[in-house]
Amino acid sequence: MLHFLNQAPQPAEGFTIAKVSRRGFLKVSGAGLALAGFATTAEAFPRWPHGGHAMPHGVRTDPLVFVRVDPDGTVTLVAHRSEMGTGSRTSLPMIMADEMEADWTRVVIEQAPGDEPKYGNQDTDGSRSLRHHIQMARQIGASVRHMLAHAAAAEWGVPAGEVAVEAHMVRHGSHEAGFGDLAEAAMALPVPAFEDLAFKSPSDFRYIGKGKVQITDLRDITTGAAVYGADVMLDGMQVAVVARPPVVGGKVKSFDDTAARAVPGVSAVVELPHSIPPAGFAPLGGIAVVASNTWAAMKGRDALQIEWDGGPHAGYDTQAFLAEMVATAEQPADTVFRNQGDVDAAFAEAARTFGQTYTQAHMAHAPMEPPVALASVTAEGAEIWAPVQSPYACRTDVAKALEIDPAQVKVNVTLLGGGFGRKSKHDFAIEAALVSKAVGTPVRVQWTREDDIRHSFMHTVSAERIDVALDGEGKVTAWRHNSVAPSILSTFAPDGGHQFFIEQGMGHVDMPFDIPNVRCENGAALAHTRIGWYRSVSNVPRAWAVGSFVGELAHELGRDEKQMWLDLIGAPRVVDPVAEGYPEDFWDYGEPYQAFPIDTGRLANVLDMAADAIGWGREMPEGEGLGLCVHRSFVSYVACAAHVRVVDGTIRVPEMHFAIDAGFIANPERVESQLQGAAVMGMTLALHSGIHYEAGAVVESNFHDYEMVRADNYPENVHVHMVPHGFGVHSTGVGEPGVPPVAPAIANALFKATGQRKRALPMGAQV
Amino acid sequence: MAKITINSVEHDIDGPADMPLLWAIRDIAGLTGTKFGCGVGLCGACTVHLDGVATQSCLVTLGEADGKTVTTIEGLSPEGEHAVQRAWRELNVPQCGFCQAGQIMQAASLLAENPKPSDQEILDAMSANICRCGCYQRIVAAVRHASTGI
Repeated sequence: MLHFLNQAPQPAEGFTIAKVSRRGFLKVSGAGLALAGFATTAEAFPRWPHGGHAMPHGVRTDPLVFVRVDPDGTVTLVAHRSEMGTGSRTSLPMIMADEMEADWTRVVIEQAPGDEPKYGNQDTDGSRSLRHHIQMARQIGASVRHMLAHAAAAEWGVPAGEVAVEAHMVRHGSHEAGFGDLAEAAMALPVPAFEDLAFKSPSDFRYIGKGKVQITDLRDITTGAAVYGADVMLDGMQVAVVARPPVVGGKVKSFDDTAARAVPGVSAVVELPHSIPPAGFAPLGGIAVVASNTWAAMKGRDALQIEWDGGPHAGYDTQAFLAEMVATAEQPADTVFRNQGDVDAAFAEAARTFGQTYTQAHMAHAPMEPPVALASVTAEGAEIWAPVQSPYACRTDVAKALEIDPAQVKVNVTLLGGGFGRKSKHDFAIEAALVSKAVGTPVRVQWTREDDIRHSFMHTVSAERIDVALDGEGKVTAWRHNSVAPSILSTFAPDGGHQFFIEQGMGHVDMPFDIPNVRCENGAALAHTRIGWYRSVSNVPRAWAVGSFVGELAHELGRDEKQMWLDLIGAPRVVDPVAEGYPEDFWDYGEPYQAFPIDTGRLANVLDMAADAIGWGREMPEGEGLGLCVHRSFVSYVACAAHVRVVDGTIRVPEMHFAIDAGFIANPERVESQLQGAAVMGMTLALHSGIHYEAGAVVESNFHDYEMVRADNYPENVHVHMVPHGFGVHSTGVGEPGVPPVAPAIANALFKATGQRKRALPMGAQV
Repeated sequence: MAKITINSVEHDIDGPADMPLLWAIRDIAGLTGTKFGCGVGLCGACTVHLDGVATQSCLVTLGEADGKTVTTIEGLSPEGEHAVQRAWRELNVPQCGFCQAGQIMQAASLLAENPKPSDQEILDAMSANICRCGCYQRIVAAVRHASTGI
């Protein structure tokens, strides 16, 4: 997400696609030097093109950066992506270890600091960690295996091609050495070129695809030893909490800190510079209270007397704003992103038309670990310890705020206690740096839950209007979708009131149904708070609208809901974006379209799988129903089938099935856990997640009025079905694509159970 | 000043009587396994055992804890081999892991009181603890799994 905000839209490469042969993309190289027992390059490692190289600082494949082998045989592997619960800190090193033939029990994982020129891109978002780095991880592993074999061959005077590398040992005839014995010689050899590498056949994988390797931090998590943002201690450190302007763009008019300074333990009060949007990740400003412990800082903050200037957004009221957005969405919009066929003519000739409007409130990410960062700023520079998703961007922004060279800043990445997009925005780390500089000691800035919910970078607020034209047989002849939502771009550039190409590509212009006339419009809406990205981003409101609409249309036409989905998807096809009127700058999640095209056969397939798994079509008792939704996002295809049961007026989900096509899956156990989590986050946003503004300020403050699904009412019996693929089918995203189909599947099931149709998120837990 | 036994070690905690036990544990005793999630008893991330009973440490003051015994996640088992910890690992419960210390302390307290809880009793007890990553299915399964080993 992050880097696209700093560059102009780029047209995707080579748009016209007819029938794509996947084989056509494979860069098949020469056989290279085959090591004993391992396949040649082309056979075992079909390389696919992907967008990772177009990210800032791209993808690095230097084994000397990512691998260290100690004389005792310990293999240290560097994790350069942030760990926020997806498991990438384990999965990528696991892939390196497998390809290297390292014994996982002798592997140590080291977390990289923010340094993209060294490690390559570190923006941990967009469901990209595996998709952009699985090939790199295999290449690094194979490189080290190659170097170990060649070091042994040189020492023993035998051909390298005859040396076997297996399970942390290197052997030839009567010769045998451990990795540690060869480490020094091996790691001093030239790094082999890709063409000279041999790769393991999938049948030889020990860890990849097995789901048996446990996350590396598992034991520490269960014993309390795992280190998150607030768990780093430095001598002489202090703790600060900040009173921030209640309205975005507001500032301190005047303040009295006499009582705050009188609180025992409080050592300083620091005014921070305020920011006026578009301000990127700059802190909001306000007053920081610095103390010897967190409680003293909180009490000091409570004792501050502050008069605020609300600024231009002091009138923001989401109830009134949403009503305006709905009115905008229900009028034709001048801004058209996708135009296929002749929608107006199709509506003019229609036997009948049907339309509905769907809305979604703002949401805050609310990771269980509220934002927190420790900074130590001295005359030499700054060192940060923080749970950040983009440590290199954090380093750059901290340097800018301190007016020093980025080379003087080091950003250490702790474990993230959840991220969901919130911790891509490191305003909290910049705050810590500013306060540390002001007071001259290391300072931890701790956000409270109230701070987190009130001062997030909010998921946008949306109104989505869909109208269809139908012919005499009930076939959809035209689709018009007006999507209205303040844009993420408003946080970074003067607000033009329109969605930008990334937002367009998330479930709006890429609507995959086989309909001859399609128009995707975007009515204007200006932002009145900091809009950010939240897990799955614009896919949440778009899947909510499209998925609910399909359920409504099925009911309107008297058709089975699954059949309605299949009728709209049509015969399997690979979408030709040019022929279907997509915008020239159509964004396919940053991937080359030919390699990751929209394949409606895969879409229908996962729908079938999920529907079959839940027993679609069976009779349901009174007060119960089944609902479906399928959605492609982050270049993965995910279907959700939900079973809703209303118990004493409360919406419950006793069973849910996901089917996911994410290409080759390296760690099925973590894919399952991500989708089980998506079920919970999807149900939470369906029932509960609404942030509202009155007089410019957020109304909600903690988990009593911004509720989460809990163990007393969570989606039970979540089953995850994965489409099996070999390594030749690109790995795609997993962290995000599970969330979007959940809410519409629940709404469609709820309608079957009760006859009540919900069109606003959150829908509430009660009916 | 409060005298509190934390994980079998007696601590003289020099802090104001109204300081929540959570901050005394983290900032003064320096035990960081107990997490801050909401500060008002809504999320359970700070759950410890106070005189053996699961308690949200953000809701208890230092004054109230004076003279009592506290067990945190670091002290649940000397080797980290409590049945609940083992079950958590066997079933690969965590995602980000941040809430899990509180979840584990909640589950351990439930099973100490009620070694064979019914499904409903498990759900009732574990509802005090939020997991934003959404590990509930595995949490509930792990509590059930641990209950068979106690």
